[in-house]
Amino acid sequence: MLQTMFSPMRTADPFADMRRMQTAMNRLFDGGRTLGPSAHYPPVNFWAGEDSIVMTCELPGLTEDDIDLTAHDTTLSTRVTYPAAEAGEDLIWHRRERVEGSFLRTIELPFRVDPEHVDARFENGVLAVEMQRPEADKPKHIKIKAT
Amino acid sequence: MAQELTTQDTQDLATTNGDANRRAMAFTPAVDIFEQGETTVIMADMPGVAPDDVDVTLEHQVLTLRGKVKPYAPEGYRALSSEYRVGDYIRVFTLSDEIDQDKIKAAFKNGVLRLELPRSPETQPKKITVKAA
Repeated sequence: MLQTMFSPMRTADPFADMRRMQTAMNRLFDGGRTLGPSAHYPPVNFWAGEDSIVMTCELPGLTEDDIDLTAHDTTLSTRVTYPAAEAGEDLIWHRRERVEGSFLRTIELPFRVDPEHVDARFENGVLAVEMQRPEADKPKHIKIKAT
Repeated sequence: MAQELTTQDTQDLATTNGDANRRAMAFTPAVDIFEQGETTVIMADMPGVAPDDVDVTLEHQVLTLRGKVKPYAPEGYRALSSEYRVGDYIRVFTLSDEIDQDKIKAAFKNGVLRLELPRSPETQPKKITVKAA
């Protein structure tokens, strides 16, 4: 089980590109997918709206049942379990690069989310989770009265 | 049995940053390849590709896997942070065995392509009986 804490809202990491390069190089030489020690799995992208946020992540080969999402306060936990690869005595492996195993990732969101209004979709191996800010937490316009 | 071919297109890296007119990136999909009896199975991860946008070609023992991605872009949202990049997929293999082209099975589900390539009967090992003189 891999557990990671990461805030995607922080300023861009200047070494992220370097690490990506290294990962790419490793993969080039190994012929396999190697996750470096700094890699968080699954990698996520974020999209910001007016009072909502969308998280997307690529989870090829999973079904809805293999993904477990928990929204609590300002955190979103994603637990994914990949089905075991095919097994058999007569199986001869040539390449084994696809991800296996179980992962848990907890992400700190920029605001509290309303657990009642989380919309998660899974299509073609891509998970998209849309989260809304609770009504009470939204910034309110304050009217200034002239006396 | 499946030897990989590297072409200019199969780089796993992006092109230059910030160029608005950059060409679409092509990624190398992760694959599992195993042999089971007379069949070679290739599974390739292509998340974000619709089943209709997968293209598999076999020509002179060169097997090309291609997937066209429809990038996810929710309306009214702007990109905030990105840990993975989205782009098309391409990977090329040369097969060492003759494949029975009529019996190739391809399925695409949840972003994973599964190809079953049966060996053609001509290349399956034959037993030669030695007759006593």
